[in-house]
Amino acid sequence: MALLHIAEPGLCADPHQHRLAVGIDLGTTNSLVATVRSGSAAVLEDESGRALLPSVVRYRQNGIPEVGLAAQLRQTDDPHNTIASVKRFMGRGLKDVPGASATPYRFVDAPGMVRIETHAGVKSPVEVSAEILKVLRSRAEASLGGELTGAVITVPAYFDDAQRQATKDAARLAGLNVLRLLNEPTAAAIAYGLDTASQGTFCIYDLGGGTFDISILRLRQGIFEVVATNGDSALGGDDFDECIYRWIVEQGGVAEASVTDSRLLLSLARKAKETLTGHDEARIRATLASGVELDLSLAAETFFALTAGLIAKTLGPTRKALRDAGLGMDDIDGVVLVGGSTRMRHVRAAVADFFKREPLTNLDPDKVVALGAAMQANLLVGNHKTDDWLLLDVIPLSLGLETMGGLVEKVVPRNATLPVARAQEFTTFKDGQTAISIHVVQGERELVGDCRSLARFELRGIPPMVAGAARIRVAFQVDADGLLSVSAHEQTSGVQTAIEVKPSYGLGDDEIARMLQDSFTHAKNDMDARNLREQRVDGLRLLEATQAALDADGLRLLSDTERIAIGRAMDTLQVLLNGQDHVAIKRAADSLNRATAQFAARRMDASIQRALTGRRLDAIEA
Amino acid sequence: MAITLSERAANRVQKFLDQRGKGVGLRLGVRTSGCSGMAYTLEFVDETLPDDIAFVSYGVTVLIDPKSLTFLEGTELDFVREGLNEGFKFNNPNVKNSCGCGESFNV
Repeated sequence: MALLHIAEPGLCADPHQHRLAVGIDLGTTNSLVATVRSGSAAVLEDESGRALLPSVVRYRQNGIPEVGLAAQLRQTDDPHNTIASVKRFMGRGLKDVPGASATPYRFVDAPGMVRIETHAGVKSPVEVSAEILKVLRSRAEASLGGELTGAVITVPAYFDDAQRQATKDAARLAGLNVLRLLNEPTAAAIAYGLDTASQGTFCIYDLGGGTFDISILRLRQGIFEVVATNGDSALGGDDFDECIYRWIVEQGGVAEASVTDSRLLLSLARKAKETLTGHDEARIRATLASGVELDLSLAAETFFALTAGLIAKTLGPTRKALRDAGLGMDDIDGVVLVGGSTRMRHVRAAVADFFKREPLTNLDPDKVVALGAAMQANLLVGNHKTDDWLLLDVIPLSLGLETMGGLVEKVVPRNATLPVARAQEFTTFKDGQTAISIHVVQGERELVGDCRSLARFELRGIPPMVAGAARIRVAFQVDADGLLSVSAHEQTSGVQTAIEVKPSYGLGDDEIARMLQDSFTHAKNDMDARNLREQRVDGLRLLEATQAALDADGLRLLSDTERIAIGRAMDTLQVLLNGQDHVAIKRAADSLNRATAQFAARRMDASIQRALTGRRLDAIEA
Repeated sequence: MAITLSERAANRVQKFLDQRGKGVGLRLGVRTSGCSGMAYTLEFVDETLPDDIAFVSYGVTVLIDPKSLTFLEGTELDFVREGLNEGFKFNNPNVKNSCGCGESFNV
């Protein structure tokens, strides 16, 4: 007999027409599935009443793989075939996996995405994730008594296109219909019902097992807008475990830990961390393969001191997100804690201290994302009548154009909300230039070579004019689906051309995160490089202009001595242009300018004279 | 005869109403559809209708329209767990036969 649930007024489904929808939090450490039943979102539990499914898959020689707790328990004695934290490998090549050599896995490098060799053959992270999703799917179908209509799966806000695509592929492999991928912070905001407030600006601090995300959401008239995102895609609870692990190895004098030993110690480290959430001390006891017995006691104070650096690492991106959003601490109306790692007392204290306010913690930080995803899924299959939710997205990396000297001119800044349209005017560099090549790039760096090339096109048919006279308006437009179109329009002649690009497409292998990180670490170098390129472009232009002037009037207006002096200044500049010292180039350009000052004045006089010669005074004054 | 809720069902309905934050009660009904003639409906109530007949069971208001009542007379709504699945179940003495899944029935 089918069991019924209470529907919203007027929305009772026909028999056999129930639209069963779930939200899935596919986490690095744990995964969850939730649904909305009788109007309330709830996490679905397994037969033993456990909500959290450890994201661990163990491949056996034959038969179906073990998933969850059973697999996690075998991590120690079957490390090669027991795959944990697979989310870190989604959509990534081997070189992009941080600390790959520290894992016990036998990696196989494959184009696009790394593979892992197991008892059951070579597996891709997509297949491993699909095993986790399959378990959640069958749990959901058993709990809801029917086939699922669809699922909303959450991903970190930082996930790039390749990682999102890999997540979708895993869901498809698990037989799930993906209604939507939802950013984890947005799901958390939905779960907290922040959408019921009239307005506000909220900060979502999400410290999970393997990723840290900070997101700033603005709510206005029931509309969520992601104002800024930042984070560290390789920082999470696992790193805290690692800190304790290193402490154990050091304190216990463990000279050489076998793979089995390190697994054991790592799981003891995790247990100690969890103990310290509610206690002031954790006891760590183990017998190593060598027979050595360890018996250590870790004080909460020591643990806090050991991991203070990790917490500090979360506050940098937090500051950057606030800065990107143009917000101060006073503008934040609420802070939401997400992710199991935010249970740690010193994390909570640090966040409260940073924001000068107590964060929201009344929902279980492990479940909040899955609950929000379930609410979104329920909405998407039409079980709930509302048109309140409209999630706006942001541009993850700035969009811009290449200008002379290989420099990037940013047109649409990072974190601009979609849809967006921005235009900027450019001009020609050379006299008589009839075409301009438009190179669209994405990234935060100052040089084109360090950004990602999205598209190139040409605007032809510009009427010949002196350099700088053409007025070329380049407009960038990004629609709600993230589709970018760029058009160029020469204003005096009316010629125009346009192109469409999808900016996020193919941004693979953590590129977004890496590109952002690079832009911070290389800020100084980039400015120097930018200065150098700018001075080179200016110097080159000066040389060309001087040469053109010399060719026209050099013999007529200059003495030999003057010509030689100018020539020498030009040679000096020419040589320095090939060097790396932008200050020296500037100095040489300035001295060439000084050397030609007289020449320029004389040319001016001569041209005025030419203009005035043979004309009557009244004609000139008129 | 009346419509009743089991205590378990009443507690669940009250909990769901509280979580929902609004609503005056629970509406039971039948409508003609489904593979076996008629199907149950179960909805939250935000507004009572003039013809509604009200019952109160363990403090929870149950509303039903007169036409549905003829098919539901004497029904008890229960809340049960079957394996991982849980939900509301109609114990309706009027039912002669129902479809395999029990979502629709004949009187």
